[in-house]
Amino acid sequence: MALTGVLRPGFIQLRVLDMAASVEYYTKRIGFHVVTKGEDGRVYLKAADEFDHHSLVLRQADTAGLDLYAFKVRKDEDLDSFKKRIEDYGIEVDDVRAGEQPGIGRRISFVIESGHRIELYAQAEMSEPKPLIHNPDVWSVEPHGMRARRMDHALLYGPNIEKVLNFFVKVLDFECAERVDMPDGLLAIWLTAGMKAHDIAFVNHPEPGKFHHVAFELEDWKDVGNAADIITRYNISIDIGPTRHGITRGQTIYFFDPSGNRCEVFAGGYTYYPDHPTRTWDEKEIGRGIFYYERQLNDAFLSVVT
Amino acid sequence: MAMTGVLRPGFIQIRVMDMEAAKEHYIKRIGLHQVMEGDDGRVYLKAADEFDHHSIVLRKADDAGCDLMAFKVLDEETLDGFKKRIEDYGIEVDEVRAGEQPGIGRRISFVITSGHRIELYSNCDQSDPKPGIFNSHIWSVEPHGMRARRFDHALFYGPDIDGVLDFFTKVLDFKLAEKVQMPDGLLGIWLTCGMKAHDIAFVKHPEPGKFHHVSFELENWNDVGRAADIITNFNISIDIGPTRHGITYGQTIYFFDPSGNRNEVFAGGYTYYPDLPTRAWDERDVGKAIFYYERQLNEAFLSVVT
Amino acid sequence: MSEQRFNIDVENINAEFCGSSTGYADERVLVSLERAQGFGKLKNLPKRLPVGCRRGGCGICRARILEGNYKRDPMSREYVTLEDEKEGLVLLCAIYPLSDLKVRLEPKCVKNVEANSQSLEI
Ligand code: FES
Ligand SMILES: [Fe+2]
Ligand SMILES: [Fe+2]
Repeated sequence: MALTGVLRPGFIQLRVLDMAASVEYYTKRIGFHVVTKGEDGRVYLKAADEFDHHSLVLRQADTAGLDLYAFKVRKDEDLDSFKKRIEDYGIEVDDVRAGEQPGIGRRISFVIESGHRIELYAQAEMSEPKPLIHNPDVWSVEPHGMRARRMDHALLYGPNIEKVLNFFVKVLDFECAERVDMPDGLLAIWLTAGMKAHDIAFVNHPEPGKFHHVAFELEDWKDVGNAADIITRYNISIDIGPTRHGITRGQTIYFFDPSGNRCEVFAGGYTYYPDHPTRTWDEKEIGRGIFYYERQLNDAFLSVVT
Repeated sequence: MAMTGVLRPGFIQIRVMDMEAAKEHYIKRIGLHQVMEGDDGRVYLKAADEFDHHSIVLRKADDAGCDLMAFKVLDEETLDGFKKRIEDYGIEVDEVRAGEQPGIGRRISFVITSGHRIELYSNCDQSDPKPGIFNSHIWSVEPHGMRARRFDHALFYGPDIDGVLDFFTKVLDFKLAEKVQMPDGLLGIWLTCGMKAHDIAFVKHPEPGKFHHVSFELENWNDVGRAADIITNFNISIDIGPTRHGITYGQTIYFFDPSGNRNEVFAGGYTYYPDLPTRAWDERDVGKAIFYYERQLNEAFLSVVT
Repeated sequence: MSEQRFNIDVENINAEFCGSSTGYADERVLVSLERAQGFGKLKNLPKRLPVGCRRGGCGICRARILEGNYKRDPMSREYVTLEDEKEGLVLLCAIYPLSDLKVRLEPKCVKNVEANSQSLEI
């Protein structure tokens, strides 16, 4: 198996209502590091266990929510071929110049039928802190806060999920690892570009372009418990957890950043290969699919988005 | 510090409506072992990590709930001393003959002002399986199910919590490790007779003699997570968790046995010494005291008892 | 921690009285209502209290202040515009009581959706 095309989630840009509170939250609590601050006020952050320049971009605004979600592709030529495939599919593609975000090369940018802006790029500089590569220790700087190891995936809410599925599978070469089919149609899809159980997921929702959560990966269930302690200790708003997802099997907590954007920290999840079948859930067991221990959706799962 | 008087919770007798389902639950799921079945149909269970004859007694009845909770005291002389002190305090004491429960010596039995029957005894046989004591392994029989290590404590609901506190501290020499104080008085007390954060607890409730939960100790948070997997996998009714108690620090899950008696499995909890101060909670943070992660009582906590 | 306590009366979206909570000056009004709900003190809610992000971003706790004074954190302008705010609309999770309060729950406002928005109503 050669890994080609889209490699992985690269970075996510979120809107926040209070930049100082947000930077404190993502650095001290989630455990990220500030890489740099742009002239336009955007703040660029990363986990110390990531090589690339940044994985999280915060932008001050008067609403919360998602600006865009970007994937890194293997080669610069991939950008050209994806651009053609996306345009042939009938979606307009914008070019974003290299350096629009510090450390990131040229990007192609487009809005999918669920109303979300997705981007692809091939070049990223590395930044500090990052993993060591010569006689490397387990970490270069001591993990702190929730000890997040990477920005892992996002769940987005919007209409036309069937079309989104078709687009990601046919045009971006993703695979559908899991799906929820309700009597009135497809409710949700979990898509992967590689061997993780998901890199991006969508839930059908009338409002376009809504944001459900961004997820940060932790090492194990013990760190999930430690994160829960931190959440209450620092009066971070909790949604649900510690619990487990039937879908992907991740051990998880949902909670909210200071602007009300939902975050997840999780550990685990099965390994996916492209020859694996899609796992499916129906109306009867969807509660167990989403929250394996509670076995029912909470009030907020289908309605609270930014 | 010499340990005298009441040593620890010894056993609890629980009413179940379907003995076969209850045995399957406590043996296969919680991970206890059956020691024997009495002539009157009562079933005696223990954890493999306990020495004493049994710690859980199941009695078939047409309602659920708790018949009695018994503490083991240091010796027969101590037992006589307590009998006199309890009677002097003004509570009537019954004698229960040795062998009324197999393997257990004579007991003294009395009903406290919350309406609960409490017993003390000092002699009991050991039974298999039990921990090895010579060149021994970590376990004698392989742990199964939730891998419960011991019957740890119980929480009871009833009136006159102030009176119960007075009795347990003045007559049985327990200590008050934590309490919840509401504007209209004492709501809950956590009492210990040793170095555990609690051996028995009470919450104020209008109906006397009600049973909130029996608790089993697990080794660590990882086992708490595995227990949650088991709970959903075998469709056991969940109440709440995995979560944590602000009170005692225990990492916990509440769920129900097949008769609706609430069970807890938990790990951790701080070490108590008799010179430590009582920790207190008020109206504002009682949610955090009970469920540290959710920070709110669920509807069931104050109302669902057997 | 503030010891200053206020009474908070809450009405549902049909203007029926649901119950009261004791709020603290440094406690989000929504959190004090969650506490009251935990003790079974809120009745007449359509389902449960509309609790989402508790940080002014998701708009689910939109409400109207009928009486009383409060101070506020940032709230998403997607759900409470400047005009809304002048009319007394707030997000309950983004306000703190400065006096006794009387509040009425309001439906979340949903943008960019034609029909079939029922599922989003609280
Ligand atoms: S709960 Fe999200 S805005 Fe108040
Ligand atoms: Fe997720
Ligand atoms: Fe307990």
